[in-house]
Amino acid sequence: MSRHVVVIGAGPAGLGAAAAALRAGARVTLVDSAEQPGGQYHRMLPGAYDAAHPGRLHHGWDEFDRTRRHVLAHRRCDWWPESAVWALDRLDDRPPRVHVVRGPADGAGRERHVLDPDALILAPGAHDRVLPFPGWDLPGVFTAGAAQALAKGERLVIGDRVVIAGSGPFLLPVAASLLEAGSAVLEVLEANTAATVARGWGSRPWQLASQSGKAAELAEYTALLARHRVPYRTGRTVIEARGDGRAEEVVTARLRADWSVVPGTERTVAVDAVCVSHGFTPQLELPVAAGCAIDGFVRVNDDQLTTAPGVYAAGEITGIAGAPAARTEGLLAGWLAAGGEPGAPEIRRLRRRRDQGRAFAARLASAHPIGDGWTSWLSPGTTICRCEETSYGALCAAAGSGRSVRLETRAGLGPCQARICGPTVAELLARRGIQTTPHNRPIAQPLRLGELAYPTRKESAR
Amino acid sequence: MSPRLVRSEDDATGRRPDTPLEIRVDGDAMAGVQGQTIAGVLLAGGLQAWREGPSGAPRGVFCGIGVCFDCLVTVNGERDVRACRRRAHDGDVVTTQSRAQEAR
Amino acid sequence: MLSVTRVLVCGAGIIGAACARELALAGFAVTVLDRGGPAAATTSHGEGNVLVSDKGPGPELELAKLSRRLWPEILDGLPNAGTVEWDAKGGIVVATTAAGAETLTAFAESQREAGVAAEPMDATELAAAEPNVTKDFAAAVHYPEDAQVQPAGAATTLLAGALRAGATLRTGCEVLAAVTEGGRITGVRTSAGTFHADVVINAAGPWSGDLASRLGAPVDVRPRRGEVLVTTPMPPTVFHKVYDADYVGAVGSGAEDLQASAVVESTRAGTILLGSSRRRVGFDDRIRPEVLSVIAGKALKLFPMLAGVPVMRAYGGFRPYVPDHLPVIGPDPRLPGLWHASGHEGAGIGLSAGTAAILRDLLLDKPPEIDAGPFRVDRPAVLGEAS
Repeated sequence: MSRHVVVIGAGPAGLGAAAAALRAGARVTLVDSAEQPGGQYHRMLPGAYDAAHPGRLHHGWDEFDRTRRHVLAHRRCDWWPESAVWALDRLDDRPPRVHVVRGPADGAGRERHVLDPDALILAPGAHDRVLPFPGWDLPGVFTAGAAQALAKGERLVIGDRVVIAGSGPFLLPVAASLLEAGSAVLEVLEANTAATVARGWGSRPWQLASQSGKAAELAEYTALLARHRVPYRTGRTVIEARGDGRAEEVVTARLRADWSVVPGTERTVAVDAVCVSHGFTPQLELPVAAGCAIDGFVRVNDDQLTTAPGVYAAGEITGIAGAPAARTEGLLAGWLAAGGEPGAPEIRRLRRRRDQGRAFAARLASAHPIGDGWTSWLSPGTTICRCEETSYGALCAAAGSGRSVRLETRAGLGPCQARICGPTVAELLARRGIQTTPHNRPIAQPLRLGELAYPTRKESAR
Repeated sequence: MSPRLVRSEDDATGRRPDTPLEIRVDGDAMAGVQGQTIAGVLLAGGLQAWREGPSGAPRGVFCGIGVCFDCLVTVNGERDVRACRRRAHDGDVVTTQSRAQEAR
Repeated sequence: MLSVTRVLVCGAGIIGAACARELALAGFAVTVLDRGGPAAATTSHGEGNVLVSDKGPGPELELAKLSRRLWPEILDGLPNAGTVEWDAKGGIVVATTAAGAETLTAFAESQREAGVAAEPMDATELAAAEPNVTKDFAAAVHYPEDAQVQPAGAATTLLAGALRAGATLRTGCEVLAAVTEGGRITGVRTSAGTFHADVVINAAGPWSGDLASRLGAPVDVRPRRGEVLVTTPMPPTVFHKVYDADYVGAVGSGAEDLQASAVVESTRAGTILLGSSRRRVGFDDRIRPEVLSVIAGKALKLFPMLAGVPVMRAYGGFRPYVPDHLPVIGPDPRLPGLWHASGHEGAGIGLSAGTAAILRDLLLDKPPEIDAGPFRVDRPAVLGEAS
């Protein structure tokens, strides 16, 4: 009787995990909330578009496409698309029971299913971390991830006069997608100074050797920007968005190394859309629900095993390192979770590549840190919690009162359940000596009362 | 000026000519294309915002991947649907939501 | 003696906060200790009930009536009472079966005789009061005196009142053992040093049993797990606290396995809170999806129109539970100087006001407004089964 491995998330990490688990002889259930595998990095066009050359928008398309077809067609693989994991039921000494609703996103009357894996692999990925600034909540201000999802996922371009700002290499592929679609990207702004970025990447470059694919990708983007004469500026960012009901202009400014604004360097730029991304936040509600030890990211051992029995983690939730590193972690986790031979030579190679991916993640983090001075961009009226419209001023007042900041300001208690504002609120309160507990989301995805109330459909036997 | 759909004839992915669809948004007809999400139809249709927060602040798409819950709409009577994650279908009846109007 | 009596209140939840305020106002030198932060545990994980409707004639109902009278008076004297979100919304109890209707009707009659306003509603009245509630009901009773607060806001506001009256608060401070002298408790040893006092009050909620053991005077207060579902913000949909007639039975039951009964109400923020569940699982705080499913199912029996409403959050907490279902309020017969104020089993928020008043009167050697005898520490359920 082969092991049943459940993989949550079908992006680079999850797909890799499924492929490796299948190769090791396991029965796999691959679960994703989207209609197609790919996650964010390999976000696919809808079937209705019937694209002849879908790979034109992608890097590593051929390998992804091969893996995708192989996994989805595999007789030992159950592919569960449009499936939202809404809870993990923690058990003693074995992986949690996985609770799923299946159906169109945020549907009604979706059926409830449960899975009882022998091993669980969590690969839910990450989302953009966006620091607040005055006007960031105006329509027309998008995350970089949104621009990419819309461009890659349905060929929608968010604007034709776009400023891209924030920190990290991800700003470049977003610029490339917009340029490819005929948009004018006015400038790409990296908040960290060139010195910070160089220092972070710089030493011991041989550690990056296995990530050379990434380096080539980056070089390609840089060339593309140069060709289109799009300035890439370091030590500069958007500190304000303004407009009548939508973003019509941004104020950019030069930053010191600590991200505080250099006075007198402000410039106003007319735009029709803004893309921002200050890095990535791992999606931690499932590992938290599973009882995994978390230290900013999910703690894993050399086998990608978390501290929760039978629960593995792969990809961005263990550290932000991009798609190739995520895939490597997935391959390793999948093989080992399925009971594959741990000493096999290809596994040793995988471990080495995984270690290089971790080193890459560390470089990335030190090349693109968030400087403490970002709070100087805020004014009392700046929105901190988008859902509940909690302002910076209200947050500070509540923090000084000794009462519960969350309950009084409702910051983090809205529909997104602190996914967007959580790290920001935690940072702002920490600076005032208030510790916040990491956000616990036993309901990992919303489901309707009627769906919750109906009995579970038992997992169909294979 | 507003968000736009890359024309199929200009699309390097070689997508087939668009199959049109039509949804209703607060009673008004809005044209879209088979395969788009509801958010895509709204954005390409000229709406950058379609929801109001508790104080009436306008909200549309922010994160685009279903984590921010800004883009919520009511679809065929089902409230709180993330427009960025729901595929549009011909005949969908979409109504916009407002926390400001819904509050006591 | 002209010296001021020093009081240590162990627990900064709703009971500790209420007691601290009353005692500080009465001239005691009060220090509140908590191993966590104010209102961090049970208090912030409940719904904020201030009910008379769920209690039959008896000492707990008397305590509830006293508390209900005191709450608005207390709020009147407190600045920043806005965070309390006091809402005298009233409760409606709905029976969906004939048997339940019979029980509810008799229960309401006995409550009226005990001085509680309990008004039967017909279908028209019920539909007017709660347009979204099921039309398929057998009986409904309106309790205009039921109210709701934001529980953490209530506790921190009471605590602020205590501090303003001279009390002090030490958080992150875990009580480890009693300091005694000549058979009296004279202080407590904590993780942050030793505190001396003339009076020590055990207001540690579900951990009161554990705390009392550490102090050498065990009491049988145990945890009973409960969970709450929170919907996404909605237009005004539920206007009272509405609950199923079998809620009372669930409270009074000692069953180990799941006791669930529908309790539905809105909050100021527009979300709808759905409870309730009761399980004796020690301090296991893992949320069980199937328990949430049962809560949802029961809620939909009362409000079928809510089937399409998304649940965005769930949380849980532990109620302090005494086997005979009465709180424990009063001096410990075994250890002079030690007092207990605990065991309020899901009713702590509401009953805190009366509890604090009773404790204050007992400490001042005045007769409390209601008979505190039934809550005495010296009773079999509190002392008899203690391990």
